[in-house]
Amino acid sequence: MHDVKKLNIMENIYDENDHIAEHVNQHLSEDGILVVNEMGGAGVGKTTVLKNIIKRLDMKSYVIEGDIESDIDTRDLKSLGITTFQINTFGACHLDAPTVYNMIQNMEFDEKGILFIENIGNLVCPAEFSIGEHVKLLISTVTEGSDKPYKYPLAFEKADIIIINKVDLIPYLDFDEEYFMKGVRALNKNAPVFKVSGKTGEGFDEVVLWFEEKVKNIEVKHHHHHE
Amino acid sequence: MHEYPITQQIIKIAEQHCREANAEKVNKVTLVVGEYSGFVGDSIQMYFDVISKDTLCEGSKIEMEYVKAKLKCPTCGELFLKIPMSFACPKCGVDGGPTEIGKEFYIKEIEVE
Repeated sequence: MHDVKKLNIMENIYDENDHIAEHVNQHLSEDGILVVNEMGGAGVGKTTVLKNIIKRLDMKSYVIEGDIESDIDTRDLKSLGITTFQINTFGACHLDAPTVYNMIQNMEFDEKGILFIENIGNLVCPAEFSIGEHVKLLISTVTEGSDKPYKYPLAFEKADIIIINKVDLIPYLDFDEEYFMKGVRALNKNAPVFKVSGKTGEGFDEVVLWFEEKVKNIEVKHHHHHE
Repeated sequence: MHEYPITQQIIKIAEQHCREANAEKVNKVTLVVGEYSGFVGDSIQMYFDVISKDTLCEGSKIEMEYVKAKLKCPTCGELFLKIPMSFACPKCGVDGGPTEIGKEFYIKEIEVE
C-alpha cells in the first residue's frame, strides 16, 4: 500500500491556451498587425460586417474564417480580393489559440494592417478562449432581441467594441435599445457601441475610424485569465 | 465537443504533478468550476473516463467545486448572486458590475498514491 498524498495544485486550465495566445499576439504585433477576434451568434452578419469594414479601410486586411465546416464565407471574401484563410473545426464550437497559431504559420503578413478572425457563430464559448487578439469585436443584432446582454453576459463583458447590426430593421421590430444598453453598461463600462446596417452600409464610417485609431497604437496584449 | 480538449489538458497537468511527486497514480482530481466558465461537470467526467485510459489518471475520480457568479454593487459595495435577467443589487437596486467570482476554472488539488 502506497501513501496517499494530497498535492496542492492551483493551476489554471487555460494557462497553456493563454500562453500560445500571447505568443500569437506578440508575433503579429511585431509585424504591425492588429488582431481582431470577431464573435457573435449564428446569422448576426459577421461576414457581412467584415466586408463592410474592409472595403472602407485604408489599409491591408487579412481574414481567417472559422467555421464548423464549409468554405462559403471564404469564397465570398476571396471573390472580393480579400486575403482569406479557412479554418474548419469539424464540430468544435470555438477557435482556440493553438489552431490559430498553426494557421498563421502558413500566412504571409507582408504589409501592416488588420487580421480579422471570424470565430464560430456562437455567443458562449468563443468569449472564454483567447486566440491572440488585441480586440474582441462582438456583433449583436436588433433581431436577436434586447435581452442578449442579460442572457450571455460574458460575451458582452469581454468585448472591446460592440456592433449592433441590422438597424435598418428597427421599424419592424420591438427592439428596446434602452434595456439593451442598460445591460451592456452594467457589464461593460468602456466598450464603444456602434449601430450599423450591413445591408445599407450606414454606421460603418465610425467603426472604421475606431479601428484605424487602434492600428496606430498596437500594444502586445497579455491574455491571462483573472487579471 | 468543447470539454474534450479541456479534459486532455486536465489529465496532462495531473499526470505531470503526479510524476513530480514520484507517485504511481492519481486517485482524485479536484476542479474549481465557476458558473461562467461554461464547463459542464458531467461532460468532463465522461471524457475523463475515456481519455484517461492507460494514463496515470486511469480510474481517478473528478470532484467539482462549483462557484456561483457574483456581481458587485458600485454604490454600496455589496457582493451578490445574480438572479436571472437582472443585474440589480438586492440592497440598493443599482446595477452591479462583473467580478472574477464565477469565472474560476482551475485544478485545486490532486490526490496521488
